Amino acid sequence: MNNPADDPYLRVDNLCKIYATRDAEVRALNDLSFTQRRGEFLSHVGPSGCGKSTLLMIAAGLVPPSGGAVCVAGRSIDRPRTDIGIVFQSPVLLEWRTALGNVLLQAEARKMDLKDAERRARELLGSVGLGGFEDRYPHELSGGMRQRVSICRALIHNPDHLLMDEPFGALDALTRDQLVLDLQALVIERRMTVLFITHSIAEAVFLSDRVIVMTPRPGCIDRIIDIKLPRPRTLAMRESPEFADYSRQILDLFLARGVLREH
Amino acid sequence: MTERNILAAAVVVSPDRTGMDEIEAGIQRRRRKRERSDRIGALAYPIGVMAALVVIWEAAARLFAIPAYLLPAPSLIAQAMVANSTVLIKQSVATSLEIVLGFALSVAVGVPLALAIFLWKPFARSVYPLLVSSQAVPKVAVAPLFLVWFGFGLLPKVLIAFLIAFFPVVINTAMGLAAIEREKIYLAQSMGLSSFATFRKIQLPNALPSIFAGLKISITLAVVGAVVGEFVGGQGGLGYLLLIANGNMDTSLLFAGIAALTFLGVVFFILIGIVERLVLPPHAVERVSFERGSM
Repeated sequence: MNNPADDPYLRVDNLCKIYATRDAEVRALNDLSFTQRRGEFLSHVGPSGCGKSTLLMIAAGLVPPSGGAVCVAGRSIDRPRTDIGIVFQSPVLLEWRTALGNVLLQAEARKMDLKDAERRARELLGSVGLGGFEDRYPHELSGGMRQRVSICRALIHNPDHLLMDEPFGALDALTRDQLVLDLQALVIERRMTVLFITHSIAEAVFLSDRVIVMTPRPGCIDRIIDIKLPRPRTLAMRESPEFADYSRQILDLFLARGVLREH
Repeated sequence: MTERNILAAAVVVSPDRTGMDEIEAGIQRRRRKRERSDRIGALAYPIGVMAALVVIWEAAARLFAIPAYLLPAPSLIAQAMVANSTVLIKQSVATSLEIVLGFALSVAVGVPLALAIFLWKPFARSVYPLLVSSQAVPKVAVAPLFLVWFGFGLLPKVLIAFLIAFFPVVINTAMGLAAIEREKIYLAQSMGLSSFATFRKIQLPNALPSIFAGLKISITLAVVGAVVGEFVGGQGGLGYLLLIANGNMDTSLLFAGIAALTFLGVVFFILIGIVERLVLPPHAVERVSFERGSM
């Protein structure tokens, strides 16, 4: 299978990021290289502080790397990318705009046809269970609902690349399960290329085509694991032996690196 | 067996559902009632306390026969208000003009200054520290100088009101603009928003609650500034009236003037609050009204 879809869409080469603090330099990322195919769901899973969020910001062109390069579709990234949809750890909604208004901010910024965009925004909000909440302000929504709005905002312009930085980290387990299912449905429907940052092993295995396991700081790649589970994946599949095996592989790496300790 | 289960379920569910609806409706009713009584209480309690104080004051003034030039009874003050109503209204108008102009000047100078501080780093680094340290100068002490420079007309009063009132506008606007999550800026960049559009759509609205908090402090200071101006070089206005009343030992009129000034201050404060309600969405006003409560 040597078709163009196998060409790397995102290419990260020897990426380093060093933060200078008052007493010392903190090396957040150390010589990180990987690629992502178009249409692939790629997750980075690792402990807190392993630089995975930094990696996402660099991939978005929002933070400059200290060394190395990021190429998207053969072009080197040296300024904020606008071909992306981005979801942060917190929803980052504008408090003075309604749910619909927040989603439409993306459309306004890109000078899309607003009538058409509004129809699509309502569709999107409906598809993540926010039908009827379009005119609510963020303070009237629950944490999970706010994060759903921010996901809709990241999708309304059909971005080439969806970047998500621990989007479900601040949510309770049930809400997280629902949003993971919603996200999978959206991703399958739109065949999106997603770069996903998480510290949840289950989330990474459930959603991904490939999981990159990161070492503790300075973050570099420990292992890349192909997840060959059929799609769409169901919650029941989390109990399957294959799923357990993938989780175990990642867990063993964390145990070996001292990210987790058993007493 | 199955049939009995379904029946049982139906029996359990249907009265339960109507029962729940009733309970929900009851809770909603009680909540609305509580909110209404909260709103009434928010006004009624302080007014009640105020009324009680006035009654105690009146009683004490009569009971202990306190001389009117020291502490006139509320009834005497009310009489003085009625007797001097024309002059009080006339001087209130004069003072209001100084307050409004001083406040308008504070906004007209303060907001652009804050924008320059926010947008232009060299300006911020050179002017901001000077501006902050200039606040150590007691502005009231500068007032006589303004008379020397600008004479006895309206201008020096407006300028003194401005001098006292503009600083909170600058500080609150600059702080409001600076206090923004980095992610909001990242988001704007990822959307390809120009820096002007980012300012207009994100940074400025983000700063509005803080700006309005500054305006509310500023308007009360503008009242102080106008009175100071009239004290120093007055030919009219409530501050001047206070001086005259003081000179005549007419303490009732003095109190009447203070009451008029207080009334002006409250009215202007409420006016800013109304504008704020019109400009900001409900969530932010709620937040600010809490701030007002704690002020």
